[in-house]
Amino acid sequence: MQPVLLWSDLFIWLLVAAGVVGAWWSARQPLLAAAWARVGRSRPGMAAATLLAAFALIGLLDSLHYRPQLPAQPGEKPAYAVEVLSALDALLTPLRTRVEKTYSAPLATRAYAKEMIELRQTDGTLVNQRDFPRLRHGGASLGDDEARAGADIAGRALSALAFAALVWLALCALAARRVAGRAALGFGAAWRKLWRGDTAFAWDAVLVALGLILAVAAVFVGLAVEYHVLGTDKVGQDVLYQVLKSVRTALVIGLVTTLVTLPLAIFLGIVAGYFRGWADDLIQYLYTVLNSIPGVLLIAAAVLMMQVVIDTHPQWFATAAERADLRLLALCFILGLTSWTGLARLLRGEALKLRELEYVQAAQAFGVSDLRILGRHLLPNLMHIVIIALVMDFSGLVLAEAVLSYVGIGVDPTMISFGTMINNARMELGREPVVWWSLLAAFAFMFVLVLAANLLADAVRDAFDPRMA
Amino acid sequence: MLAYVVRRLLYAIPILIGVNLLTFALFFVVNTPEDMARMQLGVKRVTPEAIEKWKAERGYDKPLFVNAAAGGVGVLTETIFFEKSARMFVGDFGRAEDGRDIAREIRTRMVPSLAIAVPTFALGLFVTVSFALLLAFFRATPLDFWGVVLCVAMMSISGLFYIIGGQYLFAKIFRLVPISGFGEGLDTLRFLVLPVLIGVVSGIGSSTRWYRTIFLEEINRDYVRTARAKGLAETAVMFGHVLRNALIPILTGVVVVIPLLFMGSLLTESFFGIPGLGSYTIDAISAQDFAVVRAMVFIGSVLYIVGLILTDISYTLVDPRIRFG
Repeated sequence: MQPVLLWSDLFIWLLVAAGVVGAWWSARQPLLAAAWARVGRSRPGMAAATLLAAFALIGLLDSLHYRPQLPAQPGEKPAYAVEVLSALDALLTPLRTRVEKTYSAPLATRAYAKEMIELRQTDGTLVNQRDFPRLRHGGASLGDDEARAGADIAGRALSALAFAALVWLALCALAARRVAGRAALGFGAAWRKLWRGDTAFAWDAVLVALGLILAVAAVFVGLAVEYHVLGTDKVGQDVLYQVLKSVRTALVIGLVTTLVTLPLAIFLGIVAGYFRGWADDLIQYLYTVLNSIPGVLLIAAAVLMMQVVIDTHPQWFATAAERADLRLLALCFILGLTSWTGLARLLRGEALKLRELEYVQAAQAFGVSDLRILGRHLLPNLMHIVIIALVMDFSGLVLAEAVLSYVGIGVDPTMISFGTMINNARMELGREPVVWWSLLAAFAFMFVLVLAANLLADAVRDAFDPRMA
Repeated sequence: MLAYVVRRLLYAIPILIGVNLLTFALFFVVNTPEDMARMQLGVKRVTPEAIEKWKAERGYDKPLFVNAAAGGVGVLTETIFFEKSARMFVGDFGRAEDGRDIAREIRTRMVPSLAIAVPTFALGLFVTVSFALLLAFFRATPLDFWGVVLCVAMMSISGLFYIIGGQYLFAKIFRLVPISGFGEGLDTLRFLVLPVLIGVVSGIGSSTRWYRTIFLEEINRDYVRTARAKGLAETAVMFGHVLRNALIPILTGVVVVIPLLFMGSLLTESFFGIPGLGSYTIDAISAQDFAVVRAMVFIGSVLYIVGLILTDISYTLVDPRIRFG
């Protein structure tokens, strides 16, 4: 295979690197380390962080792209497929390739719509009859014995749950050993201490969240090898596969956007607040103008113009995946360019206050250069605002993606995202019987992701906001 | 006061010019009119004549800023910038792709938008303020805790879910109200109930949480302790003191969106088929009608700036401590 680095992959891995460096840096800053320790004590915050870590794992697996090698004769030069796949696609190959004809309900063995099918009668003759056809893959191993489906599903789910419980108990034991090692306690005492919630790190919340994730993941995996756990969509694609692929799109929108927002907001906000005068006037003018255009309309105008650029320059993009990827990045940039104003205004106000404080004035009296004051004295004291804004914006951006995709100014229609899933599925509620699974799966996953982000944001805000302490 | 308002109005002019220049740059400099014509007419196999015709029909065949060919004032007025951007200041938005006058369309579509947006806004404000006051009254009790949990859960649900779910449940399953549409006179009410209710419910989560923190901040003030020390009942403290003072940040925070109610709601209007400005904008976006989008951007920013001025005025009205010279 041939590795492929899409532009959004590059940004994602840059973000991971930035996160690692940031964690290392804040561990050495006593104030920031103390604040993060407060986050670690928050039960809802840590449970949410565990969930987000699971989502992040899916997203990162989906950011390792490659082009599979095509089967070639010995001696020939190796050829690669046009299709770009990711590590997640490779893991989910059965889900990706086992495509049905059209809709099928979750865990169904028969299709959603009736069709003319040939039935073999007991005497061996073939009769044409209108009935629900068997699915090609859903419950295929059952053969003709469809009545066994319920027992089969229950058996698979139970054995998956039992497996998950074993793994979970092992993880609990590991955590308890760690607590025992830290506090110099026996294993039993540490175990009780852990579940009393008596530890400096909210181990109990993390373990409960892990247990839930393991249970859901195990049941999904156990059933997905045989059934379509969340059903299939109009073209017969597995909904579980689509939902998992949507996670990366949501993460890119939520995180890469802040990569654009932060430098702009930090630089312009601090400069305006610290230097005042004409720089302040100019920057204030800039963000008042941007702010006064209603967000959706500004994004709509910018995205429409971007579409014109993309459509009139088809030669720029080698593959459809590349075009969709660049469109996603452009959307992030547009969202970033329109949403830095709020944070910049906050930082400006704070910088205005800080520049009057004694330690800044002392630095000025010592003749420290302005740039150094900005970098060494102002920026570290504004970091809590930046961190709070970063986590607070994430959930809003994930929700915005769905709305923008519905309006038609979101991600490329070929890119799987919560927004495109909802957009494709919302007309299906009009069918009889109702096709609800696609829509509900997208909403449920989005809800869990956004709820976790909101809970973590609350924990982070409580820990970092000096007014809360 | 009057001098202050006049000064604020004058301050709005450079901002509007900035908005105007920004949208002009977005629509005409990032892409040339040729690109737009190609996009509208289909990218492949389009003759230069067709492009020229498309541009001439819409007045895009003139130079951007300076028209040296025209005489006299025409050097500046016979340009795309003057005809498409500067004329917006006098309320002339040109014509949409279907040939209709945009300004006229906006006037007629304003009414349905307001019919949805105003009740949603008023009812929403009442419900969220009452709910937040309730939570603040029962602060640090299980009621408060689960109320906040409910708020966080509600704000984590996509706005699309409220609309799709509400429409499905109340219009399709229970058949209480029509799924979508808009009527005349009293008949309209049937169509309005569901979108207004959904609008209120979808806003509960984030607003209630915000108002609750405002109430809690107010409860910890000294004057509240004084009021309690005087022996006032908790309800008298809450309604007579806390509510009145907390309404200042709430009202001033809310005033800025009042003018924007004219713009309607994009999602609600398009899902419920209401012929307002929100659905007009959505249709324009999906039909790539650049003239309409440009007009809506301009009107939106005018309304936002009006909202900012109203906010400043409302400060002086509700908070006697603030005086503007």
